[in-house]
Amino acid sequence: MDNVIRRRTPAARLGRIAVYAVLLLAALFYLLPLVVMLITSFKPLHEISPGTLLSLPQSPTVEPWVKAWGEACTGMRCEGIGGYFFNSIAIVVPAVLISTVIGALNGYALTKWRFKGSELLFALMLFGCFIPFQVVLLPMAQTLGWLGLSSSRAGLILVHVIFGIAFTTLFFRNFYVAVPTELVSAAKLDGAGFFRIFWRILLPVSAPIIVVSVIWQFTQIWNDFLFGVAFSAHNTQPVTVALNNLVNTSTGTRDYNVDMAAAMIAALPTLLVYVLAGKYFVRGLTAGSVKG
Amino acid sequence: MTIVSHAQERPVRPAARRNAAAHLQDWLPRLVLAPSVAITLFFVYGFMLWTFVLSLTSSRMLPSYDFVGFAQYARLMANDRWWVASTNLVIFGGLFVAICLGIGVMLAILLDQRIRQEGALRTLYLYPMALSFIVTGVVWKWLLNPGLGIQAMVRSWGFESFTFNWIVDPDMAIYTLVLAAVWQASGFVMALFLAGLRGIDDSIIKAAQLDGASLPRTYLRVILPCLRPVMFSAVMILSHIAIKSFDLVVALTGGGPGYATDLPATFMYAHAFTRAQIGLGSASAMLMLGGVLAILIPYLYSELRSRKHG
Amino acid sequence: MPSFKRNCFTATRFPRTGLALATALAASVSLTSAHAAGEVEVLHWWTSGGEARAANVLKDLMEAEGYGWQDFAVAGGGGETAMTVLKSRAMSGNPPSAAQIKGPEIQEWGELGLLGELDDVAEAEGWDQLLPETVADIMRYDGQYVAVPVNVHRVNWLWANPDLLEQVGVEMPTTLDELFAAGEAIREAGFIPLAHGGQAWQDATVFETVLLATGGVEFFQQALVDLDPEALGSEQMVEALETFKRLRGLMDDDMSGRDWNIATSMVINGDAAMQLMGDWAKGEFTAAELTAGEDYLCAAAPGTADAFTFNIDSLAMFRVEGEEHEAQQALARLVLEPTFQEAFNLAKGSIPARPDLDMSEFDVCARQSLEDFQRTADEGGLVPSMAHGMAVRADVQGAIFDVVTNYFNARDMEAEQAAQRMVNAAKAAL
Repeated sequence: MDNVIRRRTPAARLGRIAVYAVLLLAALFYLLPLVVMLITSFKPLHEISPGTLLSLPQSPTVEPWVKAWGEACTGMRCEGIGGYFFNSIAIVVPAVLISTVIGALNGYALTKWRFKGSELLFALMLFGCFIPFQVVLLPMAQTLGWLGLSSSRAGLILVHVIFGIAFTTLFFRNFYVAVPTELVSAAKLDGAGFFRIFWRILLPVSAPIIVVSVIWQFTQIWNDFLFGVAFSAHNTQPVTVALNNLVNTSTGTRDYNVDMAAAMIAALPTLLVYVLAGKYFVRGLTAGSVKG
Repeated sequence: MTIVSHAQERPVRPAARRNAAAHLQDWLPRLVLAPSVAITLFFVYGFMLWTFVLSLTSSRMLPSYDFVGFAQYARLMANDRWWVASTNLVIFGGLFVAICLGIGVMLAILLDQRIRQEGALRTLYLYPMALSFIVTGVVWKWLLNPGLGIQAMVRSWGFESFTFNWIVDPDMAIYTLVLAAVWQASGFVMALFLAGLRGIDDSIIKAAQLDGASLPRTYLRVILPCLRPVMFSAVMILSHIAIKSFDLVVALTGGGPGYATDLPATFMYAHAFTRAQIGLGSASAMLMLGGVLAILIPYLYSELRSRKHG
Repeated sequence: MPSFKRNCFTATRFPRTGLALATALAASVSLTSAHAAGEVEVLHWWTSGGEARAANVLKDLMEAEGYGWQDFAVAGGGGETAMTVLKSRAMSGNPPSAAQIKGPEIQEWGELGLLGELDDVAEAEGWDQLLPETVADIMRYDGQYVAVPVNVHRVNWLWANPDLLEQVGVEMPTTLDELFAAGEAIREAGFIPLAHGGQAWQDATVFETVLLATGGVEFFQQALVDLDPEALGSEQMVEALETFKRLRGLMDDDMSGRDWNIATSMVINGDAAMQLMGDWAKGEFTAAELTAGEDYLCAAAPGTADAFTFNIDSLAMFRVEGEEHEAQQALARLVLEPTFQEAFNLAKGSIPARPDLDMSEFDVCARQSLEDFQRTADEGGLVPSMAHGMAVRADVQGAIFDVVTNYFNARDMEAEQAAQRMVNAAKAAL
């Protein structure tokens, strides 16, 4: 799009200013909650009062962060959300990796090795994207009990993989559909097998969609609360559950600054992923969903 | 392009080895897919069937199998709160999808005007998608609370008569949900459209401009129609977010004031888990699934159709 | 227009850029596993300041006897989240050793056959003699003890900030008329008369207290415990609903969704004068280091001096085996030990579940509560709280909550209409 506004007439300049104004206003709207969280998390408690959301801390302190990480109380345990942060990591990393690998293989099989009924299978699996998770809580609980995985970290990983593969399969399938089939056909003619073709031809071009899958799954699983609270025991709770407990635990007056710091801690990993890899995310997502 | 035809294209090899290997190759894709399909059948369809069965029972605190026919559906239809929740979903879902699309398209087009610091702006618009309402719920509650948040802040600037008290007003509270949900998802829609715009072939735009079309006209008549697939994906993603909205309600309003901001997802949860009415909750879940189906079938249809010329 | 669509886009390119997967994350720190030898896992939602301190006493007692205590606190929604977790755990066949379950819900869990009995402990400790009959009844399923009471809360309390009352020049109201009059004066002086949080259960708490004041004990029993359709649709119900709605005029506009302890802190800070809330509110006053009778006042809610709506917290025991069973039985015994009863109830604001304890350590509010408990038990003024799940099962309770909170928040609903809905709610939920 090279030849959008070129001429610099006064009217065009005015238009340009208007464009920037709108964009900046929008940026303020999106930023507001985050800024309030950040500012509040560095304020001492006595500086927090009605109507002072946006005033900068007079005497900034990191104490709320220290408290939120290691000292804040939930019930009778005063150990902050730090430990639960690592719980989340221990759940998220395997779940993301496993569901991405499965999704990639599924997407590959569905597009490059079509067989009778494969499209129907895909349609079947796609439905998993849309099932409201409240519906599966009780049956899942019972199934986890049968499998001997209730309240365990492995159980939570399994749940996230199960309800993640629908999405990862969708991503990879839509992406691989656009990869020229000629290459694959040629390789098949040369006698290359299923995994060899995947490894040599598909995988090397998959970077954008792997990023998408990883980011999507990472965000979904890290932010999950419902499964986390329902399928965990006291020692396997993910950080969102700990955050919820912390925020709902109040001693007389609420430590809003600690609440905000805890929320920031819980949000940091996903924020970081979006800021660092957001560019690839958007690019990859459209490479999949917009087929030429 | 079936497996059989590939097998025929293969060069001739020693018969026995070829057969075994080819068989394996033929079945390998199916073997790879099998676990996922089995998982889906059991954990998605099996559980749906299970929920349907429960919706026909008088299950209370935990599932029981005392069948009562469609009585739970009849009760649901007679339940005021269910109708409030369903109406809310229509209002919330409709506004949410429409506003997200509007803002998303507008921001994408504006960002496409060779803006300085585009990357930074894009990240700012996109980041809310990274956060759940479990995380941002507290701050949203705060911002929307008339005594603590935006209203108090603007008043402290000297605008004493400024009011922004939607969250405590039963008629307006649903719009605070829309506001927060738009905040979360509209940047994502922007990103989808921006990437779509970048993928459009320049020659089309040049052609339009050679024809003397103005810039807005070019966008409206030439470029946006090209983005129909993006629009479609966006609508699908947004409607499924709307139907699944749960954390949002719990974190922002808890369904209140009264139950003015209840949605089917929160209705189902409250009845199945808090109120020991698993039968009724399952019936509402089945109706929710019906709603999902109504959206999904056109999507699947288009997905499967588009591959034929994909 | 497939062919046109195709022309819209440049061919997709496949960049070979290496990815920086953001998964270079540290290995997990593993926490120890559940159910080690002689441990109990206790699911509860005693998470606010006073409550958590109170629960800690029990943990210390368990540990002093050599048992382990795994604290499984799930905050939020007045126990709603915790109940979801409990159901999920029960479905998976892996329930905790003990859970905070109360009232008729104990019967429901009992019917499902998931609870273990405590008869050995009960006999050894003489629970039949120790516990008031009303309390003991709730703890038994099918004649056997399956739960142990932790305390007795009184729901119909009025709390007030004495400095504020003095400043405005009003007395602690004892009738609803006095409450409205005092409220007006407080409003004129520029304060919030009644602190309240707009959550369904808080609305219901205020509602049942008002109903008790306007309709009396007998009507309360008929309407909210026996669910008599005639009582639910009666004139008395309409009057109760209208009075309840009038109270809204004494509350502030921003109450929607506010937690109860935030409302209490409004009384503590002097933003609001009074609060209608159960005696767990005292835990917040205590946490703020205030003294009952001096820094804050308590009285039976206006018009309900001769009634006592009770809310009994209890720990129900799930069927478990081996060392966990042993620890669980010890837990049941320790809950009724005087040391715990005293410490827990001092912190929580309630009175001990066993009335034989020395009350000298307790404050005036608690002593009045115990006195009223025994008096109303004799005179027939003791009623279970509907709002706190002591009177009816969860489905009926939820249906009544819906009517109450909807009526309270709707601008244009008539009390008659609400009463009619109440009748329907009770019918539909049966």
